[in-house]
Amino acid sequence: MAAVHGSGKILLRLTILVILIITLFPFYWVVRTALTPSKVIFTSPSAFWPPNPTFDNYLRVLGLVDAETSVRMGGSGQSLNFFLFLRNSLIVSTIITIFQVFFSALAAYAFARLKFPLRNQLFGIYVSALAVPGIVMLIPNFVLIQQLKLQNTFLGIVAPSLFMTPFAVFFLRQFFLGINKELEEAALIEGAGRIRIFFQIILPLSSGSITTLSIITFINSWNDYLWPLLVGKSEQVRVLTVALGIFRSQTPQGAPDWSGLMAGTSLAIIPIIILFVSFGKKIINSLGYMGFR
Amino acid sequence: MSQISAVVPEVEQSRRLKRSIYSSDNWIAYLLILPSLVGFALFYALPTIRGLFISFTDWNLLTPAKYVGLSNYKELFRDPDFWNAIKVTVSYVLWNIPLQTALALVFALVMNAVAGSNLLRGLMLLPWLMPNVVVGLLWLWLVDPNVGILNVAIKAISGSSIPFLSSPKYAIPTIAWINIWRHMGYTALLVFAGLQTIPKEVYEAASIDGASSRQTFFRVTLPLLRPVLTFVIVTSVIGSFQVFDTVAITTKGGPINATKVFNYFIYQQAFERFRMGYATAISIILFVILVGVSILQMRLMRAGEVD
Repeated sequence: MAAVHGSGKILLRLTILVILIITLFPFYWVVRTALTPSKVIFTSPSAFWPPNPTFDNYLRVLGLVDAETSVRMGGSGQSLNFFLFLRNSLIVSTIITIFQVFFSALAAYAFARLKFPLRNQLFGIYVSALAVPGIVMLIPNFVLIQQLKLQNTFLGIVAPSLFMTPFAVFFLRQFFLGINKELEEAALIEGAGRIRIFFQIILPLSSGSITTLSIITFINSWNDYLWPLLVGKSEQVRVLTVALGIFRSQTPQGAPDWSGLMAGTSLAIIPIIILFVSFGKKIINSLGYMGFR
Repeated sequence: MSQISAVVPEVEQSRRLKRSIYSSDNWIAYLLILPSLVGFALFYALPTIRGLFISFTDWNLLTPAKYVGLSNYKELFRDPDFWNAIKVTVSYVLWNIPLQTALALVFALVMNAVAGSNLLRGLMLLPWLMPNVVVGLLWLWLVDPNVGILNVAIKAISGSSIPFLSSPKYAIPTIAWINIWRHMGYTALLVFAGLQTIPKEVYEAASIDGASSRQTFFRVTLPLLRPVLTFVIVTSVIGSFQVFDTVAITTKGGPINATKVFNYFIYQQAFERFRMGYATAISIILFVILVGVSILQMRLMRAGEVD
């Protein structure tokens, strides 16, 4: 495109500034609210910097102070235990990521490199499942987990995502197809077996796309709400998104505990920010794939 | 001569090797796909088929399911709440998609013009990486009628606040906006990637031919962006039809059914009223609608193709 000069350039820069403000201001406001004493929230709703900044809300929300102190700090006194929920979210997302990526990689390798009866038909069926809306499978899956008596267990929460997603198999197969075959053939001549080739050649060669898929999978399971809401409401296995939803619905109607809610909200964001800072470029480069689930 | 004969067995050997690479290991192949096959059978294939079966029954999870034939489907078409769900969902999609696509297109063009940095692209992506629950809570707070900063500002300017999520009139546009905010940057980056694949020469040729910048945009840029735009629009339409989290966190379908979108309606039928048969029947209809919408979109986007 032709270079832009003078007033046009200023206009463009202004537009970018506006975009950035719209994108980032809400995040700032979350932190600002979380650092504001909850009694002050209603008296000075528009102060740009947090008036009398404090970490009380975080202490409250993380269950680091007893109920009495919490009420004195301005909370509703309801017991919150975000440490537990943070831990639960970490457990669920980590288990799902490790198993789903590993099992999907095994399958993707077979679909990409081995010839076996019904290969293409099976792969076709996997891919066609991408078209089925989640809600269609949600109710029968809920029934299945109930019948297996896995409600309110970690296994119940992770089970449907543990073995594969059609997307993960599709994504990795696409990548494996592009790996040069010569290395593999040489290894076969040397007498290496398929399993060894998978671990010693294929996995190291595709570490980049495996990392990408792992990040996508982790973020997706971290963000998931409806499924853990259905099968994991009990405190012991409750994940952060579900906890935030419950926190919100328990909060008094007239004067919600905004500072507590925002403290919890900012805690839910931190792990994603860490992932983002460490792998931002990878995430941006694999965007095209991430629209699917 | 001797050299050639030495080569022949080698060729033979490699052919044999290739054959053995692709034929001798059926059992290994099945071993490798076994875990995924178990998962697929249990949590994808089985529930899809089972869902279809459940939709022909009357079932509250506690007493045994009773076969009722097509009666769930018949009831559905007479249920005003079902038609409400269609109306609400379609209105949500119509607020969401055009605005989101237009904004993303503008942002992408701006970034393309100023050669946006990686940092800028990363920051724009942030909302999209957040859980829907977080994004819902965040906007719930920003638009709070009493002390939400947006309404404080609006009140200072106009004298009265806007009941964004508590009036039937504004609730759907507001929820649409919340999801636009989350997806805008992501969509813009996809479009931006598409813009970068358009060769400079095309623009040069257009300017030599004396095309105005408006002509260049409509005759060159847009047509060349079609594949990316098709992908973006088709996937985001499918996604918007299934909106749930934001509604569950902010309005819970209210006020007075104004935001009771498809998935929330299904959720309530299944998990608040325990009408499993009825709820799955609605989900099957949603499936059919989505397949129809996707085919229609593909047709439309392909119609009028120039190349």
